[in-house]
Amino acid sequence: MSQAVLETEEAAARSMDLLRFATAGSVDDGKSTLIGRLLYDTKSLFSDQLEAVEAVSAARGDEYTNLALLTDGLRAEREQGITIDVAYRYFATPRRKFIIADTPGHIQYTRNMVTGASTADLALILVDARKGLVEQSRRHAFLTSLLRVPHLVLCINKMDLVDWDREVYERIADEFTSFAAKLEITDLTIIPVSALEGDNIASRSEKSPWYEGPSLLHHLEHVHIASDRNLVDVRFPVQYVIRPQSTVVTDYRGYAGQVASGVLKPGDDVMVLPSGLTSKIAAIDTADGPVDEAFPPMSVTVRLTDEIDISRGDMICRPHNAPAVAQDVEAMVCWMDETAPLRVGAKYTIKHTTRSARTVVRGLQYRLDVNTLHRDESAPQLGLNEIGRVKLRTTVPLLADEYRRNRTTGGFILIDEATNRTVGAGMIIEAQ
Amino acid sequence: MSQTKPYRVSHLDALEAESVFVMREVMAEFERPVLLFSGGKDSIVMLRLAEKAFAPARIPFPVMHVDTGHNFPEVLEYRDARVTELGLNLVVASVQEAIDNGLVRELPDGTRNRIQTPVLLAAVEKYRFDALFGGARRDEEKARAKERMFSFRDEFGQWDPKNQRPELWSLYNGRHHPGESIRVFPLSNWTELDVWHYIAKERLSLPSIYYAHDREVVERDGMFYAVNEFIVPRSGETVQTRTVRYRTVGDASQTAAVLSDADTVEKVIDEVAATRITERGATRGDDKVSEAAMEDRKREGYF
Repeated sequence: MSQAVLETEEAAARSMDLLRFATAGSVDDGKSTLIGRLLYDTKSLFSDQLEAVEAVSAARGDEYTNLALLTDGLRAEREQGITIDVAYRYFATPRRKFIIADTPGHIQYTRNMVTGASTADLALILVDARKGLVEQSRRHAFLTSLLRVPHLVLCINKMDLVDWDREVYERIADEFTSFAAKLEITDLTIIPVSALEGDNIASRSEKSPWYEGPSLLHHLEHVHIASDRNLVDVRFPVQYVIRPQSTVVTDYRGYAGQVASGVLKPGDDVMVLPSGLTSKIAAIDTADGPVDEAFPPMSVTVRLTDEIDISRGDMICRPHNAPAVAQDVEAMVCWMDETAPLRVGAKYTIKHTTRSARTVVRGLQYRLDVNTLHRDESAPQLGLNEIGRVKLRTTVPLLADEYRRNRTTGGFILIDEATNRTVGAGMIIEAQ
Repeated sequence: MSQTKPYRVSHLDALEAESVFVMREVMAEFERPVLLFSGGKDSIVMLRLAEKAFAPARIPFPVMHVDTGHNFPEVLEYRDARVTELGLNLVVASVQEAIDNGLVRELPDGTRNRIQTPVLLAAVEKYRFDALFGGARRDEEKARAKERMFSFRDEFGQWDPKNQRPELWSLYNGRHHPGESIRVFPLSNWTELDVWHYIAKERLSLPSIYYAHDREVVERDGMFYAVNEFIVPRSGETVQTRTVRYRTVGDASQTAAVLSDADTVEKVIDEVAATRITERGATRGDDKVSEAAMEDRKREGYF
């Protein structure tokens, strides 16, 4: 191959974009098989990994190579045949690079699904064609909507076991579509597949001539994600102040951070919160030199034209488009701690963008049943995997947006002050 | 709409931005971070990311090499040159010294990967490091696929896979009590191929052993080990000169080379893209000890 061709290929590989997706589904619906199949069909499965799995399968007396062993990496998982925790896997096609958050189907499911979905561009829910929608399918669809994952794919799996019956597919698809209509799901794609046999995974299958949609991989490669980012509301949480102690670089003061949303350009008028002081962007620096603009998810360093006091936890925005500066926050909280429930009156550390504060739970308005969406207003607390609407009061103001408008400035975690464990995940509904 | 700008970010740029964010988080929230630097390709990429995160200031933390004493000389040379070039403070935690002082005992097979762990932990205690950057990637190994970006370790440096902190959005919880620490893996979401693409993009120099060269090797358990002071041919093994390169750099007594003609970064990328064997599967004797060798080592405090 000529050098020129190599360089073109290399440049192409470097310009691929990135899609993060979370997989969900109930036990035995074939999730591990589907992931194994995606890895296999995109040549992301290595022969030594496959050989190791084949050897372990044979030693255990499994009748066929158990692809779940590829994804269940821990001793305890292999011993018990279950998936304990979220794992991350990687594959690429010439068009895109993919990160899969592989979330376990049972045990601690809500917590894990919420974790995997928090950074996902797309959620993939599997159902077994023989069983149709189950409680968990609805729960996962609800969580996808709650976490505002922009794209949802429902894979109706094991179609081979129902003889590729179009009516089975349509019945499940209709039922799911009408359920999803009650949620805030904007982009839904439904694909009939057989993960075990590889139908409609990497390419369209001849077994479903009645299905006119894309294969799963084609959809993953082409789903439009560029517009999912918020390029309107400028939000730049200041992460770290760069002030070199150097005789070469003098008087440099830059505010380092990752653009949460919006587009920043030199010359833009900006406001700094919580002080409310205004200034202009003098330059946007990177180690490779200054840039003309910065947008998500770029990590850059911003310099301003005025000397104002700015530190970590502050936020740079536009003067007429600012987040709330709020000590009273209402949010949906998913509780993640098995040892102690969320209680009214309890105090926690809250981490929101680059800002940390103390917070007290002022009230629990209701606990939501994630299966029926019923609201229990008499619930006294939130236990592990429970979700509820909570009122919080913080010691210092948060610079916050509604989660539905901004996943970065609308999300937070709660930390137990005694154990330092991450005990809750919150999505802001209202901040004032 | 006159909107013509796509505001596109390539996957490598997105990965770089995420890693830089993680490094800045650590610098902002910890007292005494340190970056584990072995002279291997992943830690070389880490150093570049650290340069990017804090420019135009210098990298604001020291680097540490846990030195097994079983080194490829080219790698040590590279390490020292890079440290000097960047004006870094290098801490060396020496396994040989620890053996001489009686902290650890040489294993019967002479390999030192496993006894690195107590040496690492002793250095963490001595210097009171509270955040340790490591270049480990989740694509390397199945136990690593379960690893968090911020990995909590107790006062014994132990990883408890059943009791990890959930990680949501980009909100990393680095809280810990004195004596406890956090291992931080900014390259978690990178693959071997991403690392090579980044090396090409940034034109990073690497120790020469990453590129094809002729070397005297013996074939052992299906892998090619360089003949040197740590690898002595056993009876029945014949020494042969082959064109090889290294995919990973570790303890020289346990790290094997792969047959390869790839003598430039472009050729290596081509080869890595086409390979059907994982990096660790092709080159690491230590991972073949058992199905859960990596998990077991991590539980003891290894990276």
